[in-house]
Amino acid sequence: MLTTSVFTGLSWNPVTDVRALLTFPFMQHALAAGTIVAVMAGVVGWFMVLRRQTFAGHTLSVTAFTGASAAGLAGIPVIAGYFGVCSLGALALAAAAGTRRGLSTESAATGSVGALALALGYLFVSLYHGLLNGLSSLLFGTFLGITSTQVLVLLAVAALTVALVALAARPLLFASVDPDIARAGGVPVQLLGFGFLLVLGLSVAETSQITGALLVFALLVMPAAAAQRLTARPFLGVVLSVSIALTVTWLGLALAYFSIYPVGFYVTSLSFAVYVLARLRR
Amino acid sequence: MLAQEFMRNALIAGSAVGIACGLVGWFVVLRAQVFAGDALSHLAFTGAMAAAAIGIDLRAGLFAVTILGGVVLGTLGDRARADDVAIGTLFAWTLGLGVLFLSIFTTNGSASNGAAGVRVLFGSIFGLSAADVRTAVALAAVVLVVLAAIGRPLLFSSLDSAVAGVQGVPVRTLGIVFLGLVGLVAAEATQAVGALLLLGLVAAPAGAAHRLTTRPRAGLGLSALFALASVWIGLSLAYAFPTLPPSTMVISTAVAIYAAAMSLRPVRRLLG
Repeated sequence: MLTTSVFTGLSWNPVTDVRALLTFPFMQHALAAGTIVAVMAGVVGWFMVLRRQTFAGHTLSVTAFTGASAAGLAGIPVIAGYFGVCSLGALALAAAAGTRRGLSTESAATGSVGALALALGYLFVSLYHGLLNGLSSLLFGTFLGITSTQVLVLLAVAALTVALVALAARPLLFASVDPDIARAGGVPVQLLGFGFLLVLGLSVAETSQITGALLVFALLVMPAAAAQRLTARPFLGVVLSVSIALTVTWLGLALAYFSIYPVGFYVTSLSFAVYVLARLRR
Repeated sequence: MLAQEFMRNALIAGSAVGIACGLVGWFVVLRAQVFAGDALSHLAFTGAMAAAAIGIDLRAGLFAVTILGGVVLGTLGDRARADDVAIGTLFAWTLGLGVLFLSIFTTNGSASNGAAGVRVLFGSIFGLSAADVRTAVALAAVVLVVLAAIGRPLLFSSLDSAVAGVQGVPVRTLGIVFLGLVGLVAAEATQAVGALLLLGLVAAPAGAAHRLTTRPRAGLGLSALFALASVWIGLSLAYAFPTLPPSTMVISTAVAIYAAAMSLRPVRRLLG
């Protein structure tokens, strides 16, 4: 980052380093936003991995890029573009899943939706004649320039999604583990699946503002996958998934602050390391 | 339109890429490996950026990393089908690495280096040289030959891997070779439509073909035809309206064909 030269480097004294980290408002905002996003991604991601909807999650994260670039072109707040287009993407995926015939056609549909979303996003960016830096931060994330209003919006949406998941946790768990028996037991499986995709769309829209559209997976999938490797118990798993996501985000932000390399690289590499360790343990 | 040299290059290379994507894509959709294809296309970005960061030819990194990635993905899963979570984790990390290389590359060099990253992500088909075109055609020929050689057993093992295994078909090896082939196609298509968009050219024409026919030969033909048509229509549109990026037009056409094929059955039901 260009601004690094202004700050003092790493002193290897934990107290002064943490103080240095918290001096600037932009960094306070980044840490607050990162914390909110990590908690939500940890919870929603755990259910996503359980439901094997990682491909859907990836496709939705790609629509986040389209949303942001469309909002840039139309001149409306970027955050509105993120949430609007991600919800639309979730509706499209749910519609495709509703009429599915076999696994193969569904995955082709999901892949096509994703590629089209990226193509449109690129179209919007080139029509906008935006700066190349803007493009790469949309795709790969940035922690600079998060405003306090943005933090508040993130908090509100995260509270909503986590509350929704918490409310529906029991039937959702049942429907994810064994849809046939759940349906026989009177659980509205289809409605839950549809609702979950919407929640996933919201979380992806939120996560991509920190990690960028392409690296949402780092917070949504990897901590949850590692947690599910370590324990099969649902409650413990969600807690573990959230803790891993939090640790990775904080460390990633701190490392990015003290070095010139992008935050996306640190967050993905740290989560990948945790996942590999979790895999090796068994 | 054909008088322009860049347009001729784009059309020839695009046709080669289209045919290769259409044929391989048919098997990718049949084997429900679209997500693996997606992961390989993202690997292409990391490969190219790694090559750029250490200063070697972009294409060397591109091909080495995607083919290797295909083989690794093939060996990861049981019966040569890696599971979603492992794929997702691996490709998120490789993208993270790609960003690192991109930032090393852009901080080391001039501002024009940033544009190279965008070219890899979204393609630069109008900027291909005659040598690039020759490479694209040669690679498409390699893909055709390999597919012709392994087509039959691959089809068998894709449809029923258990029975194929009993019959002595090397299911696992075939899966690995096939993902390596997908990697090769991904690297080739990256130059035309970009690492992020090539999935559209692999999945959409093949998805449409699967929708219209279950016969393998007809399906393969249709898939290649649709991919070819997407490239031609897309490139002509981009030529006619210069503000529209060519890769976006190619992918939009492919997805439009897919959407048309999807709606064919409901429409027919409504009419008849």
